[in-house]
Amino acid sequence: MASSTALKGLSPRTGQWRVVDIVVASVIAVAVGVLFFVWSAGYSGISVLTAGFPPLAGLYSGGWLIAGVLGGLIIRKPGAAIYCEVLAAAVSALIGTQWGIGVLISGAIQGAGAELVFLLFLYRRWNLPVALLAGLGAGLALAISENILYNALWSFEFKLLYTVFAGLSGVVIAGLLSWLAMRGLARTGVLSSFAAGRTADV
Amino acid sequence: MTPAQAPSPGAASVSARGWGWRHAGRKAFAARHLDLDLRAGERVLLLGASGAGKSTVLHGLAGLLGSQDEGEQEGALLLDGIRPADARGRAGLVLQDPETQVVLARVGDEVAFAAENLAVPREEIWQRVHRALDDVGLDLPLDHPTTALSGGQKQRLALAAVLAMEPGLLLLDEPTANLDPDGVLEVRDAVVRVLDRTGATLVVVEHRVAVWADVVDRVIVLDAAGGVLADGAPGAVLGQEGTRARLAEAGVWVPGRPPAVGGPVPGGGGEVLLSARDLTVARTKRGPAAVEHLALDVRAGQALSVTGPNGAGKSTAALTLGGLLRPRAGRLEASPELAGAAGTDPFRWRSAQLVQRIGTVFQEPEHQFLTPSVGEELAFGPRRVGGTADPRRTGEIAERLRLTHLLGANPFTLSGGEKRRLSVATMLATAPRILVLDEPTFGQDALTWAELVTLLRELIEDGVAVVSVTHDADFIAALGGATLHVAGGAGRLVSP
Amino acid sequence: MSGDHLTPVLTGRTLLRANPVSKLFAAVVITLALLASIDWVSAAVVLGCELALMPLLGISVVGLARRIWPLLVAALLGAYGTALLAEKTGGVLLDVGPFLFTEGSVAAGIAVGLRGLALALPGIFILLTTDPTDLADALAQKLHLPHRFVLGALASLRLVGLLVEQWEMLGLARHARGIGSDGSLVARTRNLLGQSFGLIVQAIRRATRLATAMEARGFGGGTRTWARTSTFTALDVGVAGVGLVIAAGATTAAVLAGTWNFILS
Repeated sequence: MASSTALKGLSPRTGQWRVVDIVVASVIAVAVGVLFFVWSAGYSGISVLTAGFPPLAGLYSGGWLIAGVLGGLIIRKPGAAIYCEVLAAAVSALIGTQWGIGVLISGAIQGAGAELVFLLFLYRRWNLPVALLAGLGAGLALAISENILYNALWSFEFKLLYTVFAGLSGVVIAGLLSWLAMRGLARTGVLSSFAAGRTADV
Repeated sequence: MTPAQAPSPGAASVSARGWGWRHAGRKAFAARHLDLDLRAGERVLLLGASGAGKSTVLHGLAGLLGSQDEGEQEGALLLDGIRPADARGRAGLVLQDPETQVVLARVGDEVAFAAENLAVPREEIWQRVHRALDDVGLDLPLDHPTTALSGGQKQRLALAAVLAMEPGLLLLDEPTANLDPDGVLEVRDAVVRVLDRTGATLVVVEHRVAVWADVVDRVIVLDAAGGVLADGAPGAVLGQEGTRARLAEAGVWVPGRPPAVGGPVPGGGGEVLLSARDLTVARTKRGPAAVEHLALDVRAGQALSVTGPNGAGKSTAALTLGGLLRPRAGRLEASPELAGAAGTDPFRWRSAQLVQRIGTVFQEPEHQFLTPSVGEELAFGPRRVGGTADPRRTGEIAERLRLTHLLGANPFTLSGGEKRRLSVATMLATAPRILVLDEPTFGQDALTWAELVTLLRELIEDGVAVVSVTHDADFIAALGGATLHVAGGAGRLVSP
Repeated sequence: MSGDHLTPVLTGRTLLRANPVSKLFAAVVITLALLASIDWVSAAVVLGCELALMPLLGISVVGLARRIWPLLVAALLGAYGTALLAEKTGGVLLDVGPFLFTEGSVAAGIAVGLRGLALALPGIFILLTTDPTDLADALAQKLHLPHRFVLGALASLRLVGLLVEQWEMLGLARHARGIGSDGSLVARTRNLLGQSFGLIVQAIRRATRLATAMEARGFGGGTRTWARTSTFTALDVGVAGVGLVIAAGATTAAVLAGTWNFILS
């Protein structure tokens, strides 16, 4: 038997993904990819600055991590953070050609950083502290993987500095902004198909 | 194999017994107390006020309402005697917006998609694809890109896509509300052809009754309070004065009963506010020019309607007149009276200068919402201009557009008609001399339409210039003034 | 910022016929070989092979340059960054204030720059020769990834161009309300965040409707058939083989040359 009704009959708590979960998660990832692209165009001054002293790029890296944290906060299903982050990475590869296949690996690692935090709270808590922690998790995951994969030849103090910057950026940009976005979205009513749009704790 | 994946041939029947549905998190039922029987092969037009639950009924019949976590169901709604969710593929639903229902990149794949989902064997899928495209009259290569289609073609493609499931019940949710007049006929004729071949049951929801009145053999009017208000043959239901009046009250376009509009058709205009000479407009900096060598004057106290086929560059012309797009070539000059302390080139005005002079209302109201409440939304423009908002003036505007009871609401949560009223109100808050509107009547019911026309007539009487991009002949006639026909890259001005 | 380059015109007849999975496999093994070590020999070998294969893309030198210049800039920046921040060994080449470059740090920078370029090019090969629909078919039919996710992602990728258009429309619509690009950095940042929020609202509305449209066409069930078959041919064995050979060749060359520098060591 095909599970034509199974999809419909699932409780949001069971962790199974509905069609609307999949499509909205996908589109969030795509939208964040597009946003980061237009943000970069708007802040070309900053990229000159980070080129002068590369660890500063860590401060900007939180923008890459929004997809995972925001996707996790809205969809509230296991795997949402990783799925959104990997797809956003694929979109960034599509738009900005300077990243190769490696960006998918980075996306998976960054998404896992946020996912781990959501998992630690058993996919039950979605408040501000959890969002900030998820941002931190994603930021640290990003810094560690970048330091190993790409910045391996930097001396230790610069790697450390990059890690601090990326963690900070993860907390503020990916954590705080995503949480504010989630709360604002819930108030507009567009999340009415999701627990995130119905619960009062937002 | 599953029984759900092997649609039995022929049309489907529907029965509702005390059926109702309440979305999770909502207090009120979206639809309630519905008792209904549709015979196989019947063609039904479903009417009712906004909020009467028409779309909910269609979603219920399409099996899309979900489980008890997504809402609460009362009574029973059955398709051929089983729950619609268990009859996957028996009902095919086409939605209102042509842009948001295209799934894939190529025409052939788009039609094949539904058949794939029902696990139809591969060879049969392509037979169905060809038949469905034939049925809707889309004579295009299978690898034709879906992005290159017009609105009417996209809706016919959506129709073909559900036909690939060979549904016994065709559900159409305002399928022509977002189309120009040519697109409306295109889609309606395709539906008739499909029904004649397949004999499927039809339920269509649409505000514009005239489009479907000759096609259907039964009209059902839902009561906003739940249940059915009227049910019968089109002539009987639409001919009965009591029902006609109630339908008109509910915002339905009843044939032979134009919506009641206040005030006379505005007359000739006053002084020139904005003049275009040899103006060429383009959407992007490097892209192709949309309309070339325009010459026209925008006059105080007069309407200017911009009309023409889809994609002719009407919106581009209007956005340029609105000071939002840079003219490609030629001159666009504001009169000293309009410009005041600012320069004569509207495109160079800063945002705060622009909102005091020209207000542009976009087709999608949500694009222009900036704050979390209706009250703040109304105060936003005046604050940008003068630092404070005069509460009396914003209060007046809210009163005039019947928004007073909504001041605390989040703009995004309003109904379609309320959003349209708010988007006009926010522009009026800074009292611009020119108001530009992009397709203001698209998808609006008759009530919102009449309100809008009445308001615009008053504004024109007060000396405001109203520039509208529109396909709506009734709207153009109601506002009077000049008309700019745009086609083939050129514009032709018809003065009053 | 046009939508054009978001849906690239596909070129390269031969690679276009190859199954996306085999191309992906080749790109992944090459990427892994490059990621494993930071040294100039393995990077140079891969880069040389990639350049030799460029004619397969069937794109003119000018066309290619227009597509990949951001990549060259990124590689240069990466090289510069490492030269600046790496351990300062060997003789001093340049010493101006905080900017100290030595022979050792510049050699490290060159290795990182070459590696960055070599890492990026496989992405270009896939991008220019792979239709997204074919990729989705291959991922679902050959790699057996869950089809609901693959098709959901495919449908949403189609929205990239539409969202870029919507972003521009939002900018005009907000300008008309009195928010412009004029103003202080703080005001501009606030505006940028507000416009971004507006885009996400529209994206989620669109997604919810798209999900309804997909479900209304029976999407979401357990079993489905495929109108297009994803197949492997002899060409795919060749593509995967070339990828393996390049990866193995680069690693061997670096080990033999004594430059192999494992990232976890």
